[in-house]
Amino acid sequence: MLNTLTDNPLLNVESLSLKLEGRTILDGLTAHVRAGELVALLGPNGAGKSTLVKAVAGEVEAASGGIAINGRPLSQWPRAELARHRAVMPQKIDMQFPLTAYEVVALGRPREPMAQRQRIVTELLALMDVADLAQRRVPTLSGGEQQRVQLARVLAQLWEQPHPGLFLLDECTSALDPAHQQLVFNRLRQLANSGNGLLVAVHDLNLAAQWADRLILMNHGKVAVEGSPEAVLTADNLMQIYGLDARVITLAEGYPVVLPIRPAHLAVAI
Amino acid sequence: MPAEARRLAPKTGYFALLIALVAAGGFALTSGAYPVALDDILRLFTGAEAADATASLVLWDIRLPRLVLGLLTGAVLAVAGALLQGLFRNPLADPGLIGVSSGAALAAVAVIVLGGTGLAGWSALTGRWALPFAAFLGGAATTLLAWRIARRQGQTSVALLLLAGIAINAVAGAGTGVLTFYADDNALRSLTFWTMGSLAHASWDDVWISAPFMLLTLIAAPLLARPLDAFLLGEPVAGHLGYSTDWVKRGVILLVALGVGAAVAVSGLIGFVGLVVPHFLRQLLGAGHRALLPACALAGATLLVAADCVARIVVTPAELPIGLVMALLGGPVFLILLLRNRFV
Ligand SMILES: Nc1ncnc2c1ncn2[C@@H]1O[C@H](COP(=O)(O)OP(=O)(O)OP(=O)(O)O)[C@@H](O)[C@H]1O
Ligand SMILES: [Mg+2]
Repeated sequence: MLNTLTDNPLLNVESLSLKLEGRTILDGLTAHVRAGELVALLGPNGAGKSTLVKAVAGEVEAASGGIAINGRPLSQWPRAELARHRAVMPQKIDMQFPLTAYEVVALGRPREPMAQRQRIVTELLALMDVADLAQRRVPTLSGGEQQRVQLARVLAQLWEQPHPGLFLLDECTSALDPAHQQLVFNRLRQLANSGNGLLVAVHDLNLAAQWADRLILMNHGKVAVEGSPEAVLTADNLMQIYGLDARVITLAEGYPVVLPIRPAHLAVAI
Repeated sequence: MPAEARRLAPKTGYFALLIALVAAGGFALTSGAYPVALDDILRLFTGAEAADATASLVLWDIRLPRLVLGLLTGAVLAVAGALLQGLFRNPLADPGLIGVSSGAALAAVAVIVLGGTGLAGWSALTGRWALPFAAFLGGAATTLLAWRIARRQGQTSVALLLLAGIAINAVAGAGTGVLTFYADDNALRSLTFWTMGSLAHASWDDVWISAPFMLLTLIAAPLLARPLDAFLLGEPVAGHLGYSTDWVKRGVILLVALGVGAAVAVSGLIGFVGLVVPHFLRQLLGAGHRALLPACALAGATLLVAADCVARIVVTPAELPIGLVMALLGGPVFLILLLRNRFV
């Protein structure tokens, strides 16, 4: 039932429904991510993006439907093996005790021999442009620096694995400056190009349009629209789903940019 | 790698702690109402002829078991504190938090107060082990209760465990209070000594019955170091990294209940070690448990032995309860530390 797609995607979510505290959060959602694909997950606040990520991360239990990674149902994966195929960046991490940036990234490779581990951690700290923060205590870093350290940890988990990895990244660039957003998405693009699958929840429509192969626009726990950036990011869709008045321009580079329009009248008189 | 200010390399830290430990141990063996010279001790250890029969007796039957018990108890209390703080991700978590100490106290006080009356059967059955066995079982029972309450759909809720522990501590504390009310003068005296902790009656028998549990905790704790590091990023992240979060929680609860249960059973309630030692060492060595746990064992052992020396020396030939000494010395020192470094 799960393998309805012939090319056996890395992640297959089939008619997933999920309730939390009696409210339906995911409502028969079907989606997939193939190896080599960077998929952006879009949608208004509360659409269910994080809940979908959590369901695939095994944090919340679905009421019905199925989730399969590499064609194998989620529940049939041994824990340790799954950790070598799937890495997760949660939307929020708070840390009470001060591990260093180096220690945090090293958590991604607990079973690695010392020298190998050191090489990978150093490489990823550099890749996320936080090499010089290696010995700093993470709670003392800025929000964007912390986010890049966490990303380095998540990437470390599946770094140089001999098989395609699935990355679930929930708003992994929300605290980054524009230059670092570009840097991070550039790295994510490279990960996809080398055969991994990425599902990345983002609010920045332009980042999604610029870097993703495919967009999934969610609303009320369902997939509202899905497809290429040009197909999904239309003024009509943005108005319908976000209630956002925006102009969409297609650049010569080949991807659309979204420009929200300032309303003619202020919304509320004070 | 550029070193961060105020952070000590673990090797330097261990070396300093080891020297402090040996110094405290040496002092504990030599000083007291009957002073024993250091070379006497070396001679006794190497099995040479006993120069002084009394010295040999004092050393082998009194000071050495007391030292061993102090070392183990201190190490276990500090390591248990570090484990629980890692699990709860809260520097205020104390080994007593999951109910083990209050349950042990309730059972122990019950034996002290009712040993001749209501619990005569238990006392007859267990003989001179009535108190430590009761304390150990009491601690294990309350911890088990807190853990059962915290189970939801096959998962242990850390928040519920904390709340259940607090509620159980309150009820057990009230029970202990009621029993205290019915205690006669004699019972009251030994009760006070027990609830403030003491190594005064340490014997080799105490060591033999409690050491297996305490050693188990000390030896197994480092196995939890990596998963506990992952726990510092939150339980979900530990799960994503491939750890069975429920096994980690069970492991911590089990090791703390066994180790602290055994420690409390033979030496009474000794506070502060589990709170102060991990806190202080986290500032020196960082929060990573692989360096932290062994350092906690060394420092906890040293601190307890040092406090025990003070307890038996300042008012010779009488003794102070060690818990009292710990609070009197540890409290102000802890406050000074807090005032000097306001942030983690
Ligand atoms: N534990 C919970 N109990 C009840 N409702 C929840 C719970 N977690 C999330 N929800 C609800 O589920 C809906 C989807 O939440 P989710 O976090 O998945 O949204 P999101 O798309 O990630 O939003 P955002 O863009 O703000 O991150 C929201 O309406 C939220 O209030
Ligand atoms: Mg979200």
